[in-house]
Amino acid sequence: MSTVETAAAPSTAAAPKRKYFAIDGWGALVVPLVIFLVVVFLVPLVAMLVKSFTDPEPGFGNYVAVFAEPLYMKVIMNTFYVALLVTLVTLLLAYPYAYLMTLVPPLWRNIMMVIMLIPFWTSVLVRSFALIVLLRDTGVINTMLTDIGAIDEPITMLRTFSGVVFGMVQVSLPFAVLPMYATMSGIDNRLGLAAQNLGARPSGAFWRIFVPLSVPGVAAGLLLTFIQALGYYITPALLGGPQNTMIGELIVQQVSAVLRYGFAAALATMLLVLTLVLLGVAGKFLNLEKALMRRS
Amino acid sequence: MAKILTRAFLGLLAVLIGVYLLMPVLVIVPMSWSESPYLAFPPEGFTMQWYEKFFNDAAWMSSLGHSVSIGLLSALLSVVLGTMGALALVRGKFPFRGVVMGVLLAPMIVPFVIVGLAVYITFLGLGLTQTTLGFVLVHTALGVPYVLINVVASLSSVDRRLEMAAMNLGATPLGTFFRITLPLIFPGMLAGALFAFITSWDEVVVAIFLSGPDITTLPVKMWSGIRVQIDPTIAAISTISLIVILAAFAGQGVFKLFASASERRRRKRIVTMQEELA
Repeated sequence: MSTVETAAAPSTAAAPKRKYFAIDGWGALVVPLVIFLVVVFLVPLVAMLVKSFTDPEPGFGNYVAVFAEPLYMKVIMNTFYVALLVTLVTLLLAYPYAYLMTLVPPLWRNIMMVIMLIPFWTSVLVRSFALIVLLRDTGVINTMLTDIGAIDEPITMLRTFSGVVFGMVQVSLPFAVLPMYATMSGIDNRLGLAAQNLGARPSGAFWRIFVPLSVPGVAAGLLLTFIQALGYYITPALLGGPQNTMIGELIVQQVSAVLRYGFAAALATMLLVLTLVLLGVAGKFLNLEKALMRRS
Repeated sequence: MAKILTRAFLGLLAVLIGVYLLMPVLVIVPMSWSESPYLAFPPEGFTMQWYEKFFNDAAWMSSLGHSVSIGLLSALLSVVLGTMGALALVRGKFPFRGVVMGVLLAPMIVPFVIVGLAVYITFLGLGLTQTTLGFVLVHTALGVPYVLINVVASLSSVDRRLEMAAMNLGATPLGTFFRITLPLIFPGMLAGALFAFITSWDEVVVAIFLSGPDITTLPVKMWSGIRVQIDPTIAAISTISLIVILAAFAGQGVFKLFASASERRRRKRIVTMQEELA
């Protein structure tokens, strides 16, 4: 508790020689949290990295194995393909939704926000279960369509590629809409009016003023969507078939079914490095900290 | 005209997206009281048998107990560590700010499947898999960012003149912190604790790695249930899980209402006092 007491003292009084390493009483409060996260979070990630080079034998064997086996390459390509498609569909749905939120009166804006937040805080597992109930051959959608005579045979939606995308977009939407809306609501709508005053058509003003100004929020939202989609496990495992295995499922399979820890660690390390590289590159252009902070 | 058409199109799209988002909740809840064991929709009749099945099953009850205790403990730990971290972020000076910030927010970004594997590999050697402590440690790491975000937000709006006034009137720094600052940021801490609890309550991927015959959390038990056979018991448990989350949010909402009501009363009192003095 001495840290709190020292905090009250004027921090400029004891200015250390090297300013860069300066820490004051309040600042010291971050130490327990940093130690905790290093021990519980970072050390395991490093241990995983080490394991990928040492288990079962030292060397690059696990990484070579990933690239040597066409089946694993197929899983990796499939992961990228699904993640890209999910990101694209999410963009097409999230952008108009976020845009409409900026147009409607406050009451409706709040309603739209709540509709977005309810699934956000519903477990992915519960939602995937609901989608199974909806999409399976004897499920809600097929039963309804058969009952009204629209179809004779049930349409297979579960364990298909489109089933996975359908489920994953639903999980991704709130993550994309929230940063998009945050950026859009900060755009001064007088800019669009000025453009129209100067002779632009409303659509021209939208595409040439509003859309470019919304890019930072959109890019941040989509990047987070893409990164998250690369690492999904629950939704593809429940809604997809063996044809659409993603890297997350492969990692779990390798651990639980064949106990190839080193190989699973190599896959996870590759996914982690990719995630960090994407974030690093994007972080140069976007304020991701802000996009993350807006989540709650 | 074009404007009306655009708005109509946007409105229609938003309705469809709304249905798409709410559909799971709208389907699961009625199914949990359906008499049909085949998860038929619309539900047939009304029964509480799936709920009874859940509450009478020792295995489900044990996983419920683990989920509740792990969720509460990790929310508590998250609040303590996260509030201290938030105080440092808003008021403090410490080196390597950018790196520290990255470490603090990393649990929100790294895919859970990677966290799960990394933690499993490490905890296996330490004997921490299948222990409450193991779950609490990881779930705290995942919940802490939410506490940070919420407490940082409420700390930034604290009027520091109140603290100075307290100290001018003779309060010790520690007393000032506990009697002025802490009550002011309490709503943020509560919201952070809530998010941390829900993160733990819902978390399934890391939990799959850490679970086993000794300890299974509710989501992991549901996960294996869904993979084996889906029946309305899962719908009943999903509904209960939803109610827990909604209740948590409602509780927070009620607290906020009370807090703002007492704030209004306090303001009113100050105004009347000022009037009396004048």
